[in-house]
Amino acid sequence: MTDTVITYPDHHEPTAFTRDMLGWLPWLEPLPEAELTDRHRHGLVEPARAKNPYFMLLARDPDILGARTRTDKDIFYNPNAGLPRAERELSAAATSRLNGCIYCASVHARFAVQHSKRDQDVDKLLAEGVGADLGPRWNAVVAASVALTAIPLTFDTDTIKSLRDQGLDDLEISDLIHGAAFFNWANRLMLSLGVPKA
Amino acid sequence: MADIIDQLVGIQPGTKLDGIRAQRQQARDNAQASYLALFQPDSLADMSLSERHAVAVFVCVLHGKPDIAAFYAEDLGAEARMIEVEAALAITTGPYGKYPEGVLSAEDVAGPPYTPGHAAALGPRLAAALAHAHLLVFHPRDAAPEALQALIDAGWSTTGIVTLSQLISFLSFQIRVVVGLRALGASSDPKGSPVG
Repeated sequence: MTDTVITYPDHHEPTAFTRDMLGWLPWLEPLPEAELTDRHRHGLVEPARAKNPYFMLLARDPDILGARTRTDKDIFYNPNAGLPRAERELSAAATSRLNGCIYCASVHARFAVQHSKRDQDVDKLLAEGVGADLGPRWNAVVAASVALTAIPLTFDTDTIKSLRDQGLDDLEISDLIHGAAFFNWANRLMLSLGVPKA
Repeated sequence: MADIIDQLVGIQPGTKLDGIRAQRQQARDNAQASYLALFQPDSLADMSLSERHAVAVFVCVLHGKPDIAAFYAEDLGAEARMIEVEAALAITTGPYGKYPEGVLSAEDVAGPPYTPGHAAALGPRLAAALAHAHLLVFHPRDAAPEALQALIDAGWSTTGIVTLSQLISFLSFQIRVVVGLRALGASSDPKGSPVG
């Protein structure tokens, strides 16, 4: 059996939030590629993920990995109406910034910039945190993500009103809820099963 | 079976929230599939059903959601009360924790350590699982290899740790979706009628 923890004594993990591409080192042994079955491949969803240690570690329980990934894809990639992709990514980046997931924040900060072209605002979020002033609409998106992340959860009808005041309709608000909620799932896996590397 | 998020939010067919969820049907179906993968799994070799429900009750109470905890407690029997008492003692605020030493150290937030109070009654596996749940719910950025070693020392396999981590993290998602959609349902839309 491979029930041992993997440590990296000489590893220096990133110490600041960044938009740079980061890697990730697992603290538990990923599933060896030679042990992949069709069920594992269904859980991985994308064949290329057989090369990714994060997904190969999660593939040890393939059914929940597959359902997790398919939930993720619809929340962030479904193009039919709803919250603009940039703001779905902003909710993910803000949630990751608050929870302290440097790896997740780097990925979704890059996507937020790619879809919004607002690199200065995204960098301000990474540098200053969720209190950064990003303009009224982005401030409302970030504040709602925070209200749905910090415990006790304070997301309520006043939060909904603050989003409606910025022009979000009900489907857009639902997309924001799901984006922030999903990253409370993803951040916990990324933070607790391994460590980012520059 | 019933969609669990619909059930916990109180979404009725044909309502506005039902329509909103239908526009993200793949997410809706796979949130349900996630629930089924964790609570009606094909294999219980690495984490028992009672361990799954006990951790779920604990996580829901930590989030201040006893009504959602009650849903998971239905299948737990007499042990549920002990888990609820244990969770009530463990409640704090989050997220807290330390960053790797450097510029972010100024943002370190101190928080209470947690050791299960009923460790003997819980047994080593469940006591270790609850300690890990507290870490992930309130201060996930304090996670370290030592936390995983503690689970292995208590008898958890690598696969069992993956399942436990997914279960805690999935509930962190499910609870927030329920809280968010309840607020959306309770708020009047711009035309003045409730959207639920």
